[in-house]
Amino acid sequence: MTITARRWLFGVCGAALFTIFILAVRELPQFGHYRGPYGDVLNRETVYERHVTDVVSAVNFDWRGIDTLGEESILFLSVVGTIVLLRTGDEEVQGKDNEDAGPNADIPLPSDATRVAALGLVGPLVVFGLYIVTHGHLSPGGGFQGGVVLATAPLLVYVAGALKTFKRIANHQFVEIMEALGIGGFLGIGFLGMARGAYLRNALPLGTTGHLFSGGTIFLLNVSTGAAVAAGMLSVMYAFLEHTIEVRLRSKA
Amino acid sequence: MSILPYVVSGWLFIIGLYGIVTSRNFVHLVMCLAVLQSSTYVLLLSVGYRVGGGPPVFASVPVGTPAVDPLVQALVLTDIVVEATVVALLLSLAIRIHKNTESVEPDKIVELRG
Repeated sequence: MTITARRWLFGVCGAALFTIFILAVRELPQFGHYRGPYGDVLNRETVYERHVTDVVSAVNFDWRGIDTLGEESILFLSVVGTIVLLRTGDEEVQGKDNEDAGPNADIPLPSDATRVAALGLVGPLVVFGLYIVTHGHLSPGGGFQGGVVLATAPLLVYVAGALKTFKRIANHQFVEIMEALGIGGFLGIGFLGMARGAYLRNALPLGTTGHLFSGGTIFLLNVSTGAAVAAGMLSVMYAFLEHTIEVRLRSKA
Repeated sequence: MSILPYVVSGWLFIIGLYGIVTSRNFVHLVMCLAVLQSSTYVLLLSVGYRVGGGPPVFASVPVGTPAVDPLVQALVLTDIVVEATVVALLLSLAIRIHKNTESVEPDKIVELRG
């Protein structure tokens, strides 16, 4: 099909779809006039029932924890798929090249200002990421958001031009262990709930509302999710960067 | 007229779909998919919004303060995570396709295979 014909076909179908969509949303409650009961019930009961103050985290890691398990599985499988797809196959040759020439030999180092700013931010970012992960049940945040923040810290090392250090961090066995512990931890904590009758039920003491160690399994699930997300993101970024560097090497050779 | 956020969501969906249909580059196509998917964020968040409602976090305000729907916010979080990982996977597929066929144009790939 030519591109023009395709545009015409889409023009007609898209206009029809948009019209139907507008007709449909006209029947929705007006914007700002939320009616549904579920949100109100959650907002009213969560603090008393689960001793956490962030209702969104409670939905993700307690009321609908099983959905988050599915979400984590998608994340894990995507990470594995990305790594498998980007693997080049002839790693031995490439590894030798890397050691000999240094992949970025012809690329000038970033300016001193960039390096100071990037390296100076690594420490605060790690602390900030840990804070977001561990306070997910108290304030906005949680394992997913904090995990991504944590994964950006090693990336800043790369921005600072310390490629070898970045590789040492990202390729470390620790990252794999963290990924495995994150996913396995989520599954394992789910089994704790079996003692109380259902998978992923909140089975631990709830503690005092507003304290760091409160909310029972929500805190632990946040931490394990944080570990899985941080390790997964880091692995994906490493796979992409590694691939880019190899392509650059090959085009140079 | 208070259905405007829904209209924006529909517009994002259509414009993303248009990009996918007419795309000539896999990377561009993946980005269009991200635009298309962001329409769901707008729709979900606007469905759960309430005039005068605060965030569904009761750390510094008492329970019972008007708040927006936390359920759709949790859904949006799931949505974002899935989108980010799927985009990463699709981009690596694009790299793989480029390596195997020396092209990133969806139409060309079909021609080569045919």
